[in-house]
Amino acid sequence: MRALRAWLGGNSAAVLALFFLVALFTLALMAPLIAPYVPTAQNLGNTLAEPSWQHWMGTDDLGRDVLSRLIHGAPASLFASLLAVGVATAIGVPVGLLAGFLGGWVDDAISRVIDTLLSFPGIVLAIGVTGALGIGLTNAMLAVGIVFAPGLARLMRAQTLVVKQELYVDASRCFGASLSRILLKHVMPNAVQPVIVQVTLLLAVALLAEASLSFLGLGVQPPQPSWGGMLARAYNYMELAPEQMYAPGIAILLTALAFNTLGEALRQALDPTRRRR
Amino acid sequence: MLANAPRLMLVGRRLVQFVPVIVLATFVVFGLLKLVPGDLAATLAGEYATEERIAQIRESYGLNDPFLVQYGRWLWNAMQLDLSRSFQSNEPVLEQIMHRFPTTMLLVVGALLVSLVVGVPLGILAATNAGSRLDVAVTSLSSFGVALPNFWLAMILVATFSLSWGWFPATGAVRFGADPAGAIWHAVLPSIALAAGGIAEVVRQLRSALIEILSSQYVRTLYAKGLSPSAILWKHGLKNVAVTLLTVIGLLASRLLGGAVVIEAVFAIPGMGSMVVRAAIVKDFPVVQGVVFTMVILVIAINLVIDLLYTIVDPRVALK
Repeated sequence: MRALRAWLGGNSAAVLALFFLVALFTLALMAPLIAPYVPTAQNLGNTLAEPSWQHWMGTDDLGRDVLSRLIHGAPASLFASLLAVGVATAIGVPVGLLAGFLGGWVDDAISRVIDTLLSFPGIVLAIGVTGALGIGLTNAMLAVGIVFAPGLARLMRAQTLVVKQELYVDASRCFGASLSRILLKHVMPNAVQPVIVQVTLLLAVALLAEASLSFLGLGVQPPQPSWGGMLARAYNYMELAPEQMYAPGIAILLTALAFNTLGEALRQALDPTRRRR
Repeated sequence: MLANAPRLMLVGRRLVQFVPVIVLATFVVFGLLKLVPGDLAATLAGEYATEERIAQIRESYGLNDPFLVQYGRWLWNAMQLDLSRSFQSNEPVLEQIMHRFPTTMLLVVGALLVSLVVGVPLGILAATNAGSRLDVAVTSLSSFGVALPNFWLAMILVATFSLSWGWFPATGAVRFGADPAGAIWHAVLPSIALAAGGIAEVVRQLRSALIEILSSQYVRTLYAKGLSPSAILWKHGLKNVAVTLLTVIGLLASRLLGGAVVIEAVFAIPGMGSMVVRAAIVKDFPVVQGVVFTMVILVIAINLVIDLLYTIVDPRVALK
């Protein structure tokens, strides 16, 4: 516990965030075991019920248990965040690494493309890509990943530009190391730290993007539960049962907050020269 | 002096630099069609279309031509302000966009104003009291602002201010041209919901930029010369963060345009956002392309203006 705290730069909030995320991942993996009801089981005789001993968070407009849907929404949201950020990393890191290391016209061309892609409002491009690929969670998150990639590539490029000036890179080149060896063994490990921070922060952005897209009907498709989709249903019954919108919203807020807190703590922990701002 | 030689050179160079960006951006917008799995003509024709119908569609949309030819034709038409017609309504896409454009812009401009009006004072307060409880409170609040799903905040605002208290309309929009006061009244809640992330961004960037300036050597010199803290802040500190603010505004322009898409759905606002979402669901690709195209051109134009404003705010930029 103390070691963990020390590793995160003495940041208690970050430790709390980490515990929250570990608990959430556990919950997500064991959702069918933990959730008291089947998330898609309807009970039209008991709709929009208040919280009770049978249904701790009440029921939704089709009489489905809100707590069970919330628990089953966790794997969808976490999978979505990981998929989007995974795609972004898989594209962005190698591209940024190559652009920064090779320089010259390769760098010019890649940088131009990155600048252009960064001009697109992210979620709008994601909506366009999702529309083209076909709606659904996996396609939506592929789209979000593609949208995130240029930002990561730009960061990786900037880091690579710094690291490639280092003496040890020159040295290994003199020893005749291959390009892939220099990149993977020397440049990448030394350039990747800010990228790790950014990836953690992107998990929060991806989570919010998934929630937005599912809310709009482009992500997780009903009747499968998702936090954004739950909010979309709650919106339709806002006058009858405004309390329906609190649980999914708080779940999204806390998870995004936890990813951000962890990311900021990593930023400070990985860079001791950075003053606390 | 606005019109001196290096500045004009810079303006010219920037304009030239933006040409490839626009070409690439339009290529991406058009390329969206290439992502459609399977045969595009068959997708457009619908589930039970005959072979002849598919062939007819392929012919009428020019889908038999090579991709670059199709792109060239699309770009040529776009440059002449022809964004093709909607598959659904058969109306010209540009006409639909122009009809909805003011509604979305009112929202975005409103949110930008709210972000700056709330964010700038909070950022200054936090930076001048760095490390204090006030600073911690403001910083934590901005962390919440970043993590808050804006459509959820929108729902809470509607539940509270519209449904419970009846202060503001819950849904819809009024055209600014028809009734400016009504349009603004309808835009208040959506703008606030959209601005939550913007406020947080302004606070964060302004705070860190101002802290850096206030702890710099020349500010220490100013203290040594006996200037009061407020004089230093107003005359020297804020002048130097103007560049940061411009950068943030450029960043927000893109983000708020994207956020507006989701907020418009909550408030049932007939803007460009609700248009692109519906088009994406029903596979009305010309509309999707038209909206994405309009938004990216808008962001590029805003960034161009900001680039030029840099040279006015910070003369050093022009000389580089």
